[in-house]
Amino acid sequence: MTEIAATPAENTRLQRTLGVLRDVTARPSGAIGLTLVAFHVILAIISPWIVPYDYKAMDSLSMLNGPSGAHWLGTDHLGRDVLTRVLLGGREALLVTGIATPVAVIWGGLLGIFFGLVGGRLDEVLMRVVDAFLSLPWILKMLVLIVTFGTGIEVLIPTLAFFYGIPVIRIARAATHDVVARDFVSAARARGHGRITVIRRELLPNVLDTLMVEGAMRWSWMLLAFSSLSFLGFGVSPPTPDWGLMIADARGFMSFAPWGVLGPVIALSSLIIGINLTADALAKALGIDRAQKAPV
Amino acid sequence: MLMRRLFLGAITVWIVSVIIFAGVEVLPGDACTAFLEREAQGKLLENCREAQGLNRSAAERYFDWASGAVRGDFGVSANGQKSISELVGNRLRNSLLLAFCALAIGVPLAIFLGVVTGLRRDKPVDLVFSTTAVFAMTIPEFVSATVLILVFSVWLGWLPGIVLTSAGAPVPEFFPEILLPVIVLGMVMTAHILRMVRSSVIEVMAGDYVQMAVLKGVPYWRIVFRHALPNALLPAINVVALTIAWLLGGVVVIEVVFNYPGLGRMMIDAISDRDLPVVQAIALIVATVYVGVNLTADIMTMVLNPRLRTHALRGS
Amino acid sequence: MSALIDIRDISVGFVGRDGRTREVLRNIDLAVAPGECVGLVGESGSGKSTLALAAMGYLKRGLRLLNGSAAFNGIDMFAQSRQELERIRGGQLALIPQNSGQSLTPTLRVGAQLGEALRLHSALPANRHAAKVVELLGHVRLPDPESIVQRFPHELSGGQQQRVAIAMALAGEPEALLLDEPTTGLDVTTQAHILELLRDIAAERGMAMVYVSHDLGAIARVCTRVVVMYAGEIVLEGSTRHVLRSPTHPYAQGLLASIPKLDDTTLPIALDGRPPAPGDAGAGCAFADRCALVQDRCRSTRPQLVPSEFGGTARCFFAKEAGRQQGRTIGAAPVRFSSGDTMLDLDGLSISYARPRLLEQLLGRGTDVPPTVDDISISIGKGETLGLVGESGSGKSTILKTIAGLLPPAGGTVTAGNQSLPHAVEQREPGQLRQIQLIFQNPDDSLNPRHTVADILEQPLKLYFGLTGDELRSRSAEILERVRLGAHYLDRLPSQLSGGEKQRVAIARAFAAGPEIVLCDEVTSALDVSVQAAVLDLLNELKETQGTTYIFVSHDLAVVRALSDRVAVLYQGRLCEIGQTDQVFEGKSHPYTKVLLGAVLEPDPDAAPTLAADDIVERAPPARGCPFQRRCPRRLGEICDTDTPPWQSPEAGHFIRCHILLEDLNADRPH
Repeated sequence: MTEIAATPAENTRLQRTLGVLRDVTARPSGAIGLTLVAFHVILAIISPWIVPYDYKAMDSLSMLNGPSGAHWLGTDHLGRDVLTRVLLGGREALLVTGIATPVAVIWGGLLGIFFGLVGGRLDEVLMRVVDAFLSLPWILKMLVLIVTFGTGIEVLIPTLAFFYGIPVIRIARAATHDVVARDFVSAARARGHGRITVIRRELLPNVLDTLMVEGAMRWSWMLLAFSSLSFLGFGVSPPTPDWGLMIADARGFMSFAPWGVLGPVIALSSLIIGINLTADALAKALGIDRAQKAPV
Repeated sequence: MLMRRLFLGAITVWIVSVIIFAGVEVLPGDACTAFLEREAQGKLLENCREAQGLNRSAAERYFDWASGAVRGDFGVSANGQKSISELVGNRLRNSLLLAFCALAIGVPLAIFLGVVTGLRRDKPVDLVFSTTAVFAMTIPEFVSATVLILVFSVWLGWLPGIVLTSAGAPVPEFFPEILLPVIVLGMVMTAHILRMVRSSVIEVMAGDYVQMAVLKGVPYWRIVFRHALPNALLPAINVVALTIAWLLGGVVVIEVVFNYPGLGRMMIDAISDRDLPVVQAIALIVATVYVGVNLTADIMTMVLNPRLRTHALRGS
Repeated sequence: MSALIDIRDISVGFVGRDGRTREVLRNIDLAVAPGECVGLVGESGSGKSTLALAAMGYLKRGLRLLNGSAAFNGIDMFAQSRQELERIRGGQLALIPQNSGQSLTPTLRVGAQLGEALRLHSALPANRHAAKVVELLGHVRLPDPESIVQRFPHELSGGQQQRVAIAMALAGEPEALLLDEPTTGLDVTTQAHILELLRDIAAERGMAMVYVSHDLGAIARVCTRVVVMYAGEIVLEGSTRHVLRSPTHPYAQGLLASIPKLDDTTLPIALDGRPPAPGDAGAGCAFADRCALVQDRCRSTRPQLVPSEFGGTARCFFAKEAGRQQGRTIGAAPVRFSSGDTMLDLDGLSISYARPRLLEQLLGRGTDVPPTVDDISISIGKGETLGLVGESGSGKSTILKTIAGLLPPAGGTVTAGNQSLPHAVEQREPGQLRQIQLIFQNPDDSLNPRHTVADILEQPLKLYFGLTGDELRSRSAEILERVRLGAHYLDRLPSQLSGGEKQRVAIARAFAAGPEIVLCDEVTSALDVSVQAAVLDLLNELKETQGTTYIFVSHDLAVVRALSDRVAVLYQGRLCEIGQTDQVFEGKSHPYTKVLLGAVLEPDPDAAPTLAADDIVERAPPARGCPFQRRCPRRLGEICDTDTPPWQSPEAGHFIRCHILLEDLNADRPH
């Protein structure tokens, strides 16, 4: 009914990306979310140079001290500066999830598109295997591998990338089915373009939107998993500062030294909320309904 | 259609069992090396493997294990030599208790709030609850648990912050200790389902048949309850099931935080101790619950949705 | 006589992204007397549906009442409490919506939905509701109403759903009915049946009706007075006869000229340009930019609705001039080639959607379901246009997909030029692929939303001609020029184009390949009539310059007649008749062709459809005998069920597949 008059504009890929970005930042959720995420990423990069203390430096004379001029967020049970550790506590998590997320989206996405196109018996079998993997809780799958192979980054990254790529298969496959049913794909096939061209030119740009939103969501779930693992003692090993680990350590002294948990709690929550707000705004900007999907 | 769905569910459980079994096979070491640790060599290892039946072929052992599992017999644990079924029984009950309490509070609350926010879209009540939901949904369980313990247990002293009841205690003894874990789990669950229901309600309320009902002079609340909600909640059933199943991972963390004697904490302990037979058993039980929940949701949708119902009848 | 529906000076708008209020309806007055049938006609975006809903005091989400009032029976609908509105809506004032499939609640049985309407709006005691529901369903001529009561909406066909919606509207015994495109999207025969039903109901109950439609043919059949809308305004109002025969507004004239008519052998005349977007109409006449009679005054001053000496009221300074130039324009003649060479030959083509099931495969049996399309043998000459007509489900589009190689046939061959084409598109040679191009029905679906027009046009150029760089772009611009779009369209995305422009791009893409054969699959059915005329004109022109062979699939017989050299009529995937266009439309014809022709609605106040057969929707073709056996008004007997009818030829080049003897074929006039 309301046909907006055509705006003659360059429609390059860059322009579109910028347009989507503008749309995201124009929404309150997007603006707040992006700001939070950007803040954390920048902090993770520059924090080693701005922290007031050495994160390992213990001080037996000032253990579990409250906030003061010298220690703005107080000290922990080993007398380490909490502010320093909070500032540094997200680096490990951002590094691991920052690598694992794209890897998960790419391998899951490619496999999902492939099976969405091939279909048939092979596809049926694969989907059952995907279902089977999804029916095991994430924590069990992760822990079994971590306990066997250790808790270093070199184990965490591939493990997270593998398990979080499996649900992406399902999403990418469904998105592929939606696009393949449309006439522009038939039109390209009828013209006689090769399979690869059809996938690259017709399919990918349209499936990519879904995968972008999916990626943002995966990122937040991965952070959640990573910090939960740290909290349980299966993630980052001490004395490396990590929010999950810090919360676990400080919990015991919570009744008389609550500043030890509050710092990392706020830091971790603000990052995860930031990612989710951004994902929400991105989904709206791209016209994908996010809430309808289960977090599998 | 229905038969097909049941069949697919069974297949999924079977594949899970293969994955679990194969996973444990592929990983370096076995139950005995894990249990004996440094002493795992020579005669001691031989004896242990003999006792555990690890010297037979993988296929044989899989068949034994799987056929035992079907009868509810998961063998014995690697360390205590205790029957796994016995160990698991109470723990499973406790975890289900936790989950059911959270569901009993969470699902009605989520549906109510989802419908309210959906109908009052972009109004203050919607903004408040939708924003709260984003927070509740995304903050890790151990974080919200920690904050709630700090507030309600440490500062206010209203609720116990830790569960001290033993695994085998009768159900009433878990109250009020179970309340905080239930609140944490229920919060996440409510947030997920609320968002889902809200967006479904918004979609349906904007639909042609709701407009038609308005123009037919149907009173507002009748439109909501008779025309909109049955259609909005149908697709929600499946998503709710998936959400519940996904939250099983979160249950593990909550059980550890509150020292709750459930399946999740047992699993963490078993993994730490590398008690592989117990891990296998728990994995299979949890996966079966997951598949069962989803299957129930599918069947419910099929029964309640007239479109699928005609389809199902024609198919079978 | 006081008006039943009285809309005064109503303006409705929405707030755009730029914060400006944009008007969808501008100062509209409309009065409908009791028992009167008024048609609201206009193209998409003209505001006709918004106006009809405003009469119920209802605005779609995002729209706001800016000015004016809408009264029903003297009650201002926008000033009523919710309870009062609930009492009137569906009671004294009822709506029949477009697309009832989506307007009936999917989880409620038909009986429950009708019962609800009775409970809310009828004085009948509750124990008589069940009987009344059955009576209402019978009244709208639904077969076996007792069983329909128990059904869910999705178990009914489109026509049945529409009848249920009508029954629901009648439940409150309304004084006025609002009909929002009630037959759009239905097959011609179904549409004709529904319209006759509405006419009868209106006549017998003395109800007032406001009939909203883009289809002047439907309006001509039902309404006594017509209101023509353009860009949110009424531009012409008058008796049906006046508006259809001697309209005094240039837009109404253009609109009428763009409608293809069954007895017209020339192409309809396109109306160039497009209506202004809401809020962009400016100070002058909204139609000024497209008008042939435009003067400076039209651009600066908004004309008022004034009665003209030819009858009716028109919003035009030059209504007199417009009234005088009636019937001066004649459309372009369709281009005809007569070349003896065969371009495309379909031989014994059969297509089956049903795949053999696993069990049947194991037993080495094929499926026993009759194929969706069977026994299609047609030979098309070079430069010829073959029209393929039939109702939905007749297999017209399926045949095109098979020719294009997208859907492998179960049997038969496709020969293009002298080469037999492999069935699957992947096995065809580049030359064979280039030769045949397919244009889809809906450009929203056939153009990739993420590609610019340049991307879209460059694909065939790169693929078939290996063009690169500047040459690629200049060639694309050239092709765009040929479909009458400028080179400045190259960098736009499909979402920045109007429906007609999108379809032109799709056509340009097909012609970029330099094809010999172009397959057109309902290419104009998603477009407004005035845009349709322009697209038909374009296809005709391209045929003249390129010498292309067309297969033109459409459900619209008038469109097919305007463009085709030969016509083939399909029913349930089987050919019923094929011949020269004039032979099919005027000579002896198959009973099914006659049913189709009889159901066509013409924008002519004196035309009346003949309803020869019922409008049952068949889901699958019969296994044996004539495909039309179940609905044929001239069924001979058992022979029709058992024996495949023979081809008979009344004239050279004209073939009819029927058991009825040729000399008897036109002896009847079924009503």
